[in-house]
Amino acid sequence: MLIQFSFGLIFWMTVSFLAVLFILRKFAWKPILETLSERERGIEDALSEAKKAREEMAALNARNEELNRAAREEREVLLKEARDIRDKEIAEAKEKAKAEAAAMIERARAEIRNEKNAAVADIKMLVGELSVEIAEKLLREKLADDAAQRALVDRMLKEAEARLS
Amino acid sequence: MKALIRAAFLLFSVLFAGVSMAQHEGHDHGSDDASHQATEAVEAAEHAAHDGHATEKFNPGEMIMGHVTDEHGWHLWGHTSIPLPIIIYNTERGLSLFSSAHFDHGHKTYAGYFLHEGKILATDAPDGTDVHHATENEALTAATWDVSITKNVLGMLVSIALMLIIFLSVAAGYRKRGVGAPKGLQSFIEPIILFVRDDVAKANIGPKYERFMPFLLTVFFFILINNLMGLIPIFPFGANVSGSISVTFALAAITFVLTLIHGNRHYWGHIIAMPGVPKPVLLILTPVEILGVFLRPAILMIRLFANITAGHIIVLSFFALIFIFGEINAGLGWGVSVFSLAFTIFMSMLELLVAFIQAFVFTFLSAMYLGAAIEEPHHH
Repeated sequence: MLIQFSFGLIFWMTVSFLAVLFILRKFAWKPILETLSERERGIEDALSEAKKAREEMAALNARNEELNRAAREEREVLLKEARDIRDKEIAEAKEKAKAEAAAMIERARAEIRNEKNAAVADIKMLVGELSVEIAEKLLREKLADDAAQRALVDRMLKEAEARLS
Repeated sequence: MKALIRAAFLLFSVLFAGVSMAQHEGHDHGSDDASHQATEAVEAAEHAAHDGHATEKFNPGEMIMGHVTDEHGWHLWGHTSIPLPIIIYNTERGLSLFSSAHFDHGHKTYAGYFLHEGKILATDAPDGTDVHHATENEALTAATWDVSITKNVLGMLVSIALMLIIFLSVAAGYRKRGVGAPKGLQSFIEPIILFVRDDVAKANIGPKYERFMPFLLTVFFFILINNLMGLIPIFPFGANVSGSISVTFALAAITFVLTLIHGNRHYWGHIIAMPGVPKPVLLILTPVEILGVFLRPAILMIRLFANITAGHIIVLSFFALIFIFGEINAGLGWGVSVFSLAFTIFMSMLELLVAFIQAFVFTFLSAMYLGAAIEEPHHH
Protein backbone atom coordinates (compact mmCIF):
# COMPACT_ATOMS: atom_id res chain seq x y z
CA MET A 1 0.00 0.00 0.00
CA LEU A 2 1.16 3.46 -0.83
CA ILE A 3 0.25 5.24 2.38
CA GLN A 4 1.64 3.06 5.08
CA PHE A 5 3.31 4.37 8.18
CA SER A 6 5.83 1.71 9.02
CA PHE A 7 7.33 1.82 12.47
CA GLY A 8 10.66 0.35 11.35
CA LEU A 9 11.22 2.91 8.62
CA ILE A 10 10.26 5.83 10.86
CA PHE A 11 12.57 4.47 13.55
CA TRP A 12 15.56 4.03 11.23
CA MET A 13 14.87 7.31 9.51
CA THR A 14 14.80 9.28 12.77
CA VAL A 15 17.86 7.58 14.22
CA SER A 16 19.98 7.82 11.09
CA PHE A 17 18.87 11.36 10.27
CA LEU A 18 19.75 12.59 13.74
CA ALA A 19 23.09 10.74 13.54
CA VAL A 20 23.86 12.37 10.19
CA LEU A 21 22.78 15.73 11.56
CA PHE A 22 25.17 15.47 14.50
CA ILE A 23 28.08 14.10 12.50
CA LEU A 24 27.74 16.69 9.74
CA ARG A 25 27.15 19.51 12.20
CA LYS A 26 30.41 18.78 13.98
CA PHE A 27 32.60 17.72 11.07
CA ALA A 28 31.14 19.42 8.01
CA TRP A 29 28.73 22.31 8.53
CA LYS A 30 30.70 23.96 11.30
CA PRO A 31 34.05 24.16 9.46
CA ILE A 32 32.37 24.96 6.15
CA LEU A 33 30.18 27.76 7.50
CA GLU A 34 33.01 29.16 9.59
CA THR A 35 35.35 29.24 6.62
CA LEU A 36 32.68 30.83 4.46
CA SER A 37 31.97 33.62 6.91
CA GLU A 38 35.68 34.08 7.51
CA ARG A 39 36.21 34.44 3.80
CA GLU A 40 33.34 36.90 3.55
CA ARG A 41 34.80 38.93 6.38
CA GLY A 42 38.16 38.90 4.60
CA ILE A 43 36.58 40.10 1.37
CA GLU A 44 34.68 42.81 3.21
CA ASP A 45 37.84 43.97 4.96
CA ALA A 46 39.77 44.00 1.71
CA LEU A 47 37.02 45.99 0.04
CA SER A 48 36.79 48.55 2.81
CA GLU A 49 40.57 48.85 2.83
CA ALA A 50 40.61 49.38 -0.90
CA LYS A 51 37.93 52.03 -0.48
CA LYS A 52 39.97 53.75 2.21
CA ALA A 53 43.06 53.66 0.04
CA ARG A 54 41.09 55.09 -2.83
CA GLU A 55 39.79 57.89 -0.65
CA GLU A 56 43.29 58.64 0.58
CA MET A 57 44.53 58.74 -2.97
CA ALA A 58 41.74 61.13 -3.88
CA ALA A 59 42.62 63.36 -0.94
CA LEU A 60 46.27 63.27 -1.92
CA ASN A 61 45.40 64.14 -5.49
CA ALA A 62 43.25 67.04 -4.34
CA ARG A 63 46.09 68.34 -2.23
CA ASN A 64 48.52 68.00 -5.11
CA GLU A 65 46.10 69.82 -7.35
CA GLU A 66 45.80 72.60 -4.80
CA LEU A 67 49.55 72.85 -4.53
CA ASN A 68 49.92 72.93 -8.28
CA ARG A 69 47.35 75.63 -8.59
CA ALA A 70 49.03 77.74 -5.90
CA ALA A 71 52.39 77.27 -7.58
CA ARG A 72 50.94 78.26 -10.92
CA GLU A 73 49.37 81.35 -9.42
CA GLU A 74 52.62 82.34 -7.75
CA ARG A 75 54.50 81.89 -10.97
CA GLU A 76 51.98 84.08 -12.74
CA VAL A 77 52.44 86.79 -10.14
CA LEU A 78 56.21 86.53 -10.33
CA LEU A 79 56.18 86.66 -14.10
CA LYS A 80 53.89 89.66 -14.06
CA GLU A 81 56.13 91.46 -11.63
CA ALA A 82 59.19 90.65 -13.70
CA ARG A 83 57.46 91.92 -16.79
CA ASP A 84 56.47 95.14 -15.05
CA ILE A 85 59.99 95.72 -13.80
CA ARG A 86 61.44 95.09 -17.21
CA ASP A 87 58.93 97.42 -18.85
CA LYS A 88 59.68 100.11 -16.31
CA GLU A 89 63.40 99.72 -16.77
CA ILE A 90 63.13 99.88 -20.51
CA ALA A 91 60.97 102.98 -20.26
CA GLU A 92 63.38 104.59 -17.89
CA ALA A 93 66.33 103.70 -20.09
CA LYS A 94 64.53 105.14 -23.06
CA GLU A 95 63.77 108.33 -21.17
CA LYS A 96 67.32 108.65 -20.06
CA ALA A 97 68.67 108.02 -23.52
CA LYS A 98 66.33 110.57 -24.95
CA ALA A 99 67.38 113.18 -22.41
CA GLU A 100 71.03 112.43 -23.00
CA ALA A 101 70.60 112.64 -26.74
CA ALA A 102 68.80 115.94 -26.36
CA ALA A 103 71.57 117.26 -24.15
CA MET A 104 74.18 116.07 -26.58
CA ILE A 105 72.41 117.68 -29.49
CA GLU A 106 72.09 120.88 -27.49
CA ARG A 107 75.78 120.79 -26.73
CA ALA A 108 76.61 120.13 -30.32
CA ARG A 109 74.46 123.02 -31.42
CA ALA A 110 76.08 125.39 -28.93
CA GLU A 111 79.46 124.27 -30.14
CA ILE A 112 78.44 124.73 -33.75
CA ARG A 113 77.20 128.19 -32.92
CA ASN A 114 80.37 129.13 -31.16
CA GLU A 115 82.43 127.77 -33.99
CA LYS A 116 80.32 129.66 -36.47
CA ASN A 117 80.63 132.92 -34.49
CA ALA A 118 84.34 132.41 -34.20
CA ALA A 119 84.52 131.66 -37.89
CA VAL A 120 82.45 134.74 -38.75
CA ALA A 121 84.59 136.88 -36.46
CA ASP A 122 87.69 135.47 -38.10
CA ILE A 123 86.26 136.13 -41.53
CA LYS A 124 85.29 139.67 -40.54
CA MET A 125 88.72 140.36 -39.24
CA LEU A 126 90.27 138.86 -42.34
CA VAL A 127 87.92 140.86 -44.57
CA GLY A 128 88.75 144.02 -42.58
CA GLU A 129 92.45 143.40 -42.87
CA LEU A 130 92.11 142.56 -46.50
CA SER A 131 89.99 145.72 -47.09
CA VAL A 132 92.52 147.87 -45.29
CA GLU A 133 95.29 146.21 -47.24
CA ILE A 134 93.38 146.68 -50.49
CA ALA A 135 92.48 150.21 -49.55
CA GLU A 136 96.13 150.98 -48.68
CA LYS A 137 97.24 149.50 -51.94
CA LEU A 138 94.53 151.40 -53.83
CA LEU A 139 95.28 154.59 -52.05
CA ARG A 140 98.93 154.13 -52.62
CA GLU A 141 98.29 153.63 -56.33
CA LYS A 142 95.77 156.43 -56.69
CA LEU A 143 97.59 159.06 -54.70
CA ALA A 144 100.88 158.57 -56.27
CA ASP A 145 100.67 162.01 -57.97
CA ASP A 146 99.81 165.36 -56.41
CA ALA A 147 96.99 166.20 -58.79
CA ALA A 148 95.04 163.12 -57.89
CA GLN A 149 95.53 163.86 -54.20
CA ARG A 150 94.22 167.37 -54.68
CA ALA A 151 91.21 166.22 -56.67
CA LEU A 152 90.31 163.78 -53.95
CA VAL A 153 90.60 166.29 -51.23
CA ASP A 154 88.44 168.65 -53.22
CA ARG A 155 85.70 166.04 -53.79
CA MET A 156 85.65 165.10 -50.17
CA LEU A 157 85.42 168.70 -49.13
CA LYS A 158 82.54 169.13 -51.49
CA GLU A 159 80.75 166.14 -50.13
CA ALA A 160 81.26 167.39 -46.58
CA GLU A 161 79.96 170.80 -47.66
CA ALA A 162 76.93 169.11 -49.26
CA ARG A 163 76.21 167.23 -46.06
CA LEU A 164 76.57 170.39 -43.96
CA SER A 165 74.29 172.40 -46.10
CA MET B 1 2.87 23.07 -13.51
CA LYS B 2 0.46 21.27 -15.79
CA ALA B 3 2.52 18.14 -15.50
CA LEU B 4 2.43 18.40 -11.74
CA ILE B 5 -1.32 18.70 -11.72
CA ARG B 6 -1.53 15.71 -14.02
CA ALA B 7 0.89 13.86 -11.76
CA ALA B 8 -1.21 14.63 -8.72
CA PHE B 9 -4.31 13.47 -10.57
CA LEU B 10 -2.63 10.23 -11.55
CA LEU B 11 -1.39 9.76 -8.02
CA PHE B 12 -4.86 10.12 -6.62
CA SER B 13 -6.29 7.68 -9.12
CA VAL B 14 -3.54 5.19 -8.27
CA LEU B 15 -4.07 5.78 -4.57
CA PHE B 16 -7.73 5.15 -4.98
CA ALA B 17 -6.99 2.03 -6.99
CA GLY B 18 -4.58 0.89 -4.31
CA VAL B 19 -7.16 1.34 -1.58
CA SER B 20 -9.85 -0.49 -3.49
CA MET B 21 -7.42 -3.27 -4.31
CA ALA B 22 -6.56 -3.61 -0.66
CA GLN B 23 -10.24 -3.83 0.16
CA HIS B 24 -10.72 -6.58 -2.38
CA GLU B 25 -7.67 -8.49 -1.33
CA GLY B 26 -8.70 -8.25 2.29
CA HIS B 27 -11.48 -10.35 3.70
CA ASP B 28 -14.27 -11.36 1.40
CA HIS B 29 -17.33 -11.30 3.58
CA GLY B 30 -19.74 -12.67 1.04
CA SER B 31 -20.32 -9.61 -1.07
CA ASP B 32 -22.66 -10.34 -3.93
CA ASP B 33 -21.30 -7.51 -6.00
CA ALA B 34 -20.65 -8.76 -9.51
CA SER B 35 -17.57 -6.68 -10.14
CA HIS B 36 -16.21 -7.76 -6.80
CA GLN B 37 -16.55 -11.37 -7.78
CA ALA B 38 -14.92 -10.65 -11.11
CA THR B 39 -11.93 -9.09 -9.39
CA GLU B 40 -11.69 -12.09 -7.15
CA ALA B 41 -11.73 -14.40 -10.12
CA VAL B 42 -8.85 -12.50 -11.72
CA GLU B 43 -6.99 -12.60 -8.43
CA ALA B 44 -7.48 -16.32 -8.12
CA ALA B 45 -6.14 -16.76 -11.64
CA GLU B 46 -3.16 -14.60 -10.78
CA HIS B 47 -2.47 -16.63 -7.70
CA ALA B 48 -2.56 -19.78 -9.72
CA ALA B 49 -0.22 -18.29 -12.31
CA HIS B 50 2.09 -17.09 -9.58
CA ASP B 51 2.30 -20.48 -7.95
CA GLY B 52 2.86 -22.22 -11.25
CA HIS B 53 5.54 -19.68 -12.42
CA ALA B 54 4.27 -20.37 -15.91
CA THR B 55 2.30 -17.89 -18.01
CA GLU B 56 2.64 -14.83 -15.85
CA LYS B 57 0.53 -11.97 -17.06
CA PHE B 58 1.97 -8.48 -16.80
CA ASN B 59 0.25 -6.47 -14.09
CA PRO B 60 1.19 -2.77 -14.39
CA GLY B 61 -0.40 -1.76 -11.07
CA GLU B 62 1.55 -4.41 -9.20
CA MET B 63 4.77 -3.51 -10.99
CA ILE B 64 4.43 0.19 -10.23
CA MET B 65 3.39 -0.35 -6.63
CA GLY B 66 6.26 -2.77 -6.16
CA HIS B 67 8.68 -0.08 -7.25
CA VAL B 68 7.35 2.81 -5.23
CA THR B 69 6.57 0.99 -1.98
CA ASP B 70 8.83 -0.45 0.65
CA GLU B 71 9.59 -4.18 0.83
CA HIS B 72 11.51 -6.76 2.82
CA GLY B 73 14.16 -7.74 0.31
CA TRP B 74 15.23 -5.81 -2.77
CA HIS B 75 13.52 -7.01 -5.92
CA LEU B 76 15.86 -6.80 -8.92
CA TRP B 77 14.18 -8.63 -11.82
CA GLY B 78 11.88 -11.62 -12.34
CA HIS B 79 12.24 -13.79 -9.26
CA THR B 80 15.67 -12.45 -8.33
CA SER B 81 15.86 -10.30 -5.28
CA ILE B 82 18.48 -9.41 -2.73
CA PRO B 83 17.56 -10.71 0.75
CA LEU B 84 17.67 -8.11 3.50
CA PRO B 85 17.97 -8.59 7.25
CA ILE B 86 14.71 -8.97 9.17
CA ILE B 87 14.95 -7.51 12.65
CA ILE B 88 11.94 -8.07 14.86
CA TYR B 89 11.52 -7.28 18.49
CA ASN B 90 8.60 -9.01 20.13
CA THR B 91 7.82 -8.15 23.73
CA GLU B 92 7.07 -11.82 24.43
CA ARG B 93 9.42 -13.65 22.09
CA GLY B 94 12.33 -11.24 22.29
CA LEU B 95 14.64 -10.26 19.41
CA SER B 96 14.65 -12.21 16.13
CA LEU B 97 17.21 -11.59 13.43
CA PHE B 98 17.27 -13.52 10.15
CA SER B 99 17.47 -13.08 6.39
CA SER B 100 14.34 -12.22 4.45
CA ALA B 101 15.25 -15.09 2.10
CA HIS B 102 13.68 -17.44 4.67
CA PHE B 103 10.26 -15.98 3.84
CA ASP B 104 10.71 -17.19 0.23
CA HIS B 105 9.17 -14.03 -1.34
CA GLY B 106 6.40 -14.06 1.23
CA HIS B 107 5.33 -17.67 0.54
CA LYS B 108 6.65 -19.34 3.69
CA THR B 109 6.62 -18.76 7.42
CA TYR B 110 9.82 -18.53 9.43
CA ALA B 111 10.63 -18.21 13.14
CA GLY B 112 6.93 -17.78 13.85
CA TYR B 113 6.43 -14.90 11.42
CA PHE B 114 5.20 -14.49 7.86
CA LEU B 115 4.75 -11.67 5.35
CA HIS B 116 1.30 -10.48 4.40
CA GLU B 117 1.06 -7.53 1.99
CA GLY B 118 4.45 -6.31 3.08
CA LYS B 119 3.60 -6.53 6.77
CA ILE B 120 5.15 -9.00 9.19
CA LEU B 121 2.54 -10.96 11.13
CA ALA B 122 3.09 -13.40 13.98
CA THR B 123 1.88 -16.97 13.78
CA ASP B 124 2.11 -20.20 15.69
CA ALA B 125 2.66 -22.30 12.55
CA PRO B 126 6.01 -24.14 12.25
CA ASP B 127 8.79 -22.92 9.90
CA GLY B 128 8.26 -23.44 6.20
CA THR B 129 4.47 -23.55 6.32
CA ASP B 130 2.74 -22.14 3.24
CA VAL B 131 1.31 -18.71 4.14
CA HIS B 132 -2.13 -19.77 2.88
CA HIS B 133 -2.29 -22.29 5.68
CA ALA B 134 -0.80 -20.07 8.37
CA THR B 135 -3.16 -18.26 10.71
CA GLU B 136 -2.26 -15.02 12.36
CA ASN B 137 -1.81 -14.81 16.11
CA GLU B 138 -3.20 -11.31 16.52
CA ALA B 139 -2.15 -10.86 20.13
CA LEU B 140 1.44 -11.70 19.22
CA THR B 141 1.33 -9.49 16.13
CA ALA B 142 0.32 -6.55 18.33
CA ALA B 143 3.43 -7.14 20.42
CA THR B 144 5.69 -7.22 17.34
CA TRP B 145 7.94 -4.32 16.47
CA ASP B 146 9.38 -4.65 12.99
CA VAL B 147 12.64 -2.71 12.67
CA SER B 148 13.96 -4.64 9.66
CA ILE B 149 16.44 -3.19 7.24
CA THR B 150 13.94 -2.86 4.39
CA LYS B 151 14.58 -1.63 0.86
CA ASN B 152 13.91 1.97 1.87
CA VAL B 153 16.09 1.73 4.97
CA LEU B 154 18.95 0.34 2.90
CA GLY B 155 18.41 2.97 0.20
CA MET B 156 18.45 5.65 2.85
CA LEU B 157 21.63 4.26 4.40
CA VAL B 158 23.28 4.32 0.96
CA SER B 159 22.23 7.95 0.53
CA ILE B 160 23.52 8.77 3.98
CA ALA B 161 26.86 7.13 3.20
CA LEU B 162 27.03 9.24 0.04
CA MET B 163 26.19 12.35 2.03
CA LEU B 164 28.90 11.64 4.57
CA ILE B 165 31.48 11.00 1.84
CA ILE B 166 30.52 14.15 -0.06
CA PHE B 167 30.33 16.57 2.84
CA LEU B 168 33.23 15.28 4.88
CA SER B 169 35.44 15.55 1.79
CA VAL B 170 34.07 19.04 1.07
CA ALA B 171 34.77 20.01 4.69
CA ALA B 172 38.30 18.61 4.26
CA GLY B 173 38.65 20.87 1.22
CA TYR B 174 37.74 23.88 3.36
CA ARG B 175 40.20 22.84 6.05
CA LYS B 176 42.94 22.42 3.46
CA ARG B 177 42.33 25.53 1.38
CA GLY B 178 41.04 27.75 4.17
CA VAL B 179 39.59 30.97 2.81
CA GLY B 180 41.13 30.31 -0.61
CA ALA B 181 39.08 29.70 -3.74
CA PRO B 182 37.00 26.46 -3.64
CA LYS B 183 37.95 23.59 -5.92
CA GLY B 184 36.20 20.59 -7.48
CA LEU B 185 33.21 19.24 -5.54
CA GLN B 186 33.64 22.10 -3.08
CA SER B 187 32.89 24.69 -5.76
CA PHE B 188 29.76 22.76 -6.80
CA ILE B 189 28.44 22.47 -3.23
CA GLU B 190 29.38 25.95 -2.05
CA PRO B 191 26.78 27.93 -4.02
CA ILE B 192 24.07 25.56 -2.76
CA ILE B 193 25.20 26.05 0.84
CA LEU B 194 25.28 29.81 0.30
CA PHE B 195 21.84 29.66 -1.28
CA VAL B 196 20.42 27.78 1.73
CA ARG B 197 22.12 30.21 4.09
CA ASP B 198 21.23 33.49 2.37
CA ASP B 199 17.93 32.82 0.62
CA VAL B 200 16.41 30.23 2.94
CA ALA B 201 17.77 30.68 6.46
CA LYS B 202 18.59 34.40 6.58
CA ALA B 203 15.51 35.38 4.58
CA ASN B 204 13.07 33.47 6.79
CA ILE B 205 14.61 33.25 10.24
CA GLY B 206 16.41 36.56 10.52
CA PRO B 207 19.50 37.37 12.55
CA LYS B 208 19.31 34.22 14.69
CA TYR B 209 19.54 31.91 11.69
CA GLU B 210 22.88 30.37 12.57
CA ARG B 211 21.40 28.02 15.17
CA PHE B 212 19.29 26.29 12.52
CA MET B 213 21.82 26.11 9.74
CA PRO B 214 23.01 22.54 10.46
CA PHE B 215 19.44 21.29 10.51
CA LEU B 216 18.39 23.13 7.36
CA LEU B 217 21.48 22.08 5.42
CA THR B 218 21.10 18.46 6.50
CA VAL B 219 17.41 18.39 5.60
CA PHE B 220 18.03 20.03 2.25
CA PHE B 221 20.81 17.71 1.17
CA PHE B 222 19.13 14.65 2.68
CA ILE B 223 16.01 15.24 0.62
CA LEU B 224 17.93 16.29 -2.48
CA ILE B 225 20.25 13.29 -2.47
CA ASN B 226 17.42 10.86 -1.76
CA ASN B 227 15.35 12.44 -4.54
CA LEU B 228 18.23 12.10 -6.97
CA MET B 229 19.10 8.56 -5.88
CA GLY B 230 15.45 7.62 -6.36
CA LEU B 231 15.79 8.55 -10.03
CA ILE B 232 18.66 6.10 -10.64
CA PRO B 233 16.99 2.77 -11.39
CA ILE B 234 19.98 0.55 -10.58
CA PHE B 235 20.69 -1.21 -7.26
CA PRO B 236 21.63 0.11 -4.66
CA PHE B 237 19.76 3.22 -5.79
CA GLY B 238 16.19 3.59 -6.92
CA ALA B 239 14.50 3.06 -3.56
CA ASN B 240 11.65 5.51 -3.20
CA VAL B 241 12.99 6.93 0.08
CA SER B 242 11.87 10.55 -0.11
CA GLY B 243 8.57 9.39 -1.62
CA SER B 244 7.85 7.21 1.39
CA ILE B 245 5.36 8.69 3.80
CA SER B 246 7.20 7.24 6.79
CA VAL B 247 10.34 9.12 5.83
CA THR B 248 8.56 12.40 5.12
CA PHE B 249 6.63 11.91 8.36
CA ALA B 250 9.86 11.60 10.35
CA LEU B 251 11.35 14.66 8.62
CA ALA B 252 8.25 16.77 9.20
CA ALA B 253 8.11 15.53 12.80
CA ILE B 254 11.64 16.82 13.41
CA THR B 255 10.69 20.24 12.05
CA PHE B 256 7.55 20.13 14.21
CA VAL B 257 9.51 19.24 17.36
CA LEU B 258 12.00 22.01 16.63
CA THR B 259 9.23 24.60 16.34
CA LEU B 260 7.76 23.33 19.62
CA ILE B 261 11.12 23.58 21.39
CA HIS B 262 12.10 26.97 20.02
CA GLY B 263 8.66 28.60 20.00
CA ASN B 264 8.77 31.67 22.25
CA ARG B 265 6.10 33.46 24.29
CA HIS B 266 5.27 35.71 21.38
CA TYR B 267 4.60 32.70 19.13
CA TRP B 268 2.42 30.82 21.59
CA GLY B 269 0.67 34.01 22.60
CA HIS B 270 -0.36 34.56 19.01
CA ILE B 271 -1.66 31.01 18.70
CA ILE B 272 -3.62 30.83 21.94
CA ALA B 273 -4.97 34.37 21.95
CA MET B 274 -4.21 36.54 18.96
CA PRO B 275 -3.76 40.04 20.38
CA GLY B 276 -6.14 42.70 19.18
CA VAL B 277 -8.87 40.22 18.25
CA PRO B 278 -12.26 40.39 20.01
CA LYS B 279 -13.09 37.50 22.37
CA PRO B 280 -15.95 35.91 20.36
CA VAL B 281 -13.71 35.72 17.29
CA LEU B 282 -11.04 34.02 19.39
CA LEU B 283 -13.46 31.12 19.94
CA ILE B 284 -13.09 30.35 16.24
CA LEU B 285 -9.56 31.61 15.67
CA THR B 286 -7.79 29.77 18.47
CA PRO B 287 -8.88 26.28 17.39
CA VAL B 288 -7.91 27.15 13.81
CA GLU B 289 -4.49 28.35 14.95
CA ILE B 290 -3.93 25.25 17.06
CA LEU B 291 -4.99 23.09 14.14
CA GLY B 292 -2.52 25.05 12.01
CA VAL B 293 0.34 24.07 14.28
CA PHE B 294 -0.28 20.43 13.36
CA LEU B 295 -1.31 21.07 9.78
CA ARG B 296 1.95 22.75 8.83
CA PRO B 297 4.13 19.68 9.37
CA ALA B 298 1.38 17.50 7.92
CA ILE B 299 1.48 19.56 4.73
CA LEU B 300 5.28 19.29 4.64
CA MET B 301 4.94 15.53 4.93
CA ILE B 302 2.27 15.13 2.24
CA ARG B 303 3.80 17.53 -0.28
CA LEU B 304 7.16 15.81 -0.45
CA PHE B 305 5.65 12.33 -0.43
CA ALA B 306 3.09 13.11 -3.13
CA ASN B 307 5.44 14.95 -5.46
CA ILE B 308 8.16 12.35 -5.47
CA THR B 309 5.85 9.36 -5.59
CA ALA B 310 3.78 10.89 -8.39
CA GLY B 311 6.91 11.45 -10.46
CA HIS B 312 7.99 7.85 -9.99
CA ILE B 313 4.54 6.57 -10.87
CA ILE B 314 4.44 8.58 -14.10
CA VAL B 315 7.86 7.37 -15.23
CA LEU B 316 6.93 3.79 -14.37
CA SER B 317 3.57 4.14 -16.14
CA PHE B 318 5.31 5.06 -19.37
CA PHE B 319 7.45 1.97 -19.00
CA ALA B 320 4.41 -0.15 -18.21
CA LEU B 321 2.87 0.99 -21.51
CA ILE B 322 5.66 -0.78 -23.39
CA PHE B 323 4.83 -4.10 -21.76
CA ILE B 324 1.07 -3.67 -21.99
CA PHE B 325 1.34 -3.15 -25.75
CA GLY B 326 4.09 -5.74 -25.99
CA GLU B 327 1.69 -8.35 -24.65
CA ILE B 328 -0.78 -7.56 -27.40
CA ASN B 329 1.84 -7.62 -30.11
CA ALA B 330 5.65 -7.62 -29.93
CA GLY B 331 5.98 -5.10 -32.78
CA LEU B 332 3.47 -2.80 -31.13
CA GLY B 333 5.53 -2.99 -27.95
CA TRP B 334 8.69 -1.95 -29.79
CA GLY B 335 6.81 0.87 -31.52
CA VAL B 336 5.38 2.20 -28.27
CA SER B 337 8.76 1.90 -26.58
CA VAL B 338 10.11 4.75 -28.72
CA PHE B 339 7.44 7.13 -27.45
CA SER B 340 7.60 5.75 -23.94
CA LEU B 341 11.35 6.25 -23.82
CA ALA B 342 11.04 9.80 -25.11
CA PHE B 343 8.42 10.58 -22.47
CA THR B 344 10.42 8.83 -19.78
CA ILE B 345 13.48 10.92 -20.61
CA PHE B 346 11.39 14.06 -20.56
CA MET B 347 9.81 13.09 -17.24
CA SER B 348 13.19 12.24 -15.76
CA MET B 349 14.42 15.71 -16.67
CA LEU B 350 11.35 17.15 -15.01
CA GLU B 351 11.95 14.92 -11.99
CA LEU B 352 15.51 16.22 -11.78
CA LEU B 353 14.06 19.70 -11.49
CA VAL B 354 11.41 18.53 -9.03
CA ALA B 355 14.13 16.90 -6.91
CA PHE B 356 15.72 20.31 -6.37
CA ILE B 357 12.43 22.17 -6.03
CA GLN B 358 11.00 19.81 -3.42
CA ALA B 359 14.22 19.83 -1.37
CA PHE B 360 14.12 23.62 -1.55
CA VAL B 361 10.43 23.88 -0.70
CA PHE B 362 10.71 21.58 2.32
CA THR B 363 13.72 23.47 3.65
CA PHE B 364 12.18 26.85 2.86
CA LEU B 365 8.92 26.07 4.65
CA SER B 366 10.76 24.55 7.61
CA ALA B 367 12.80 27.75 7.86
CA MET B 368 9.61 29.79 7.62
CA TYR B 369 7.95 27.87 10.45
CA LEU B 370 11.07 28.11 12.59
CA GLY B 371 11.32 31.81 11.79
CA ALA B 372 7.72 32.33 12.91
CA ALA B 373 8.40 30.38 16.12
CA ILE B 374 11.38 32.47 17.22
CA GLU B 375 10.18 35.81 15.90
CA GLU B 376 10.49 38.58 18.48
CA PRO B 377 7.54 40.91 19.02
CA HIS B 378 7.67 44.12 17.03
CA HIS B 379 7.55 47.26 19.08
CA HIS B 380 5.27 49.59 17.24
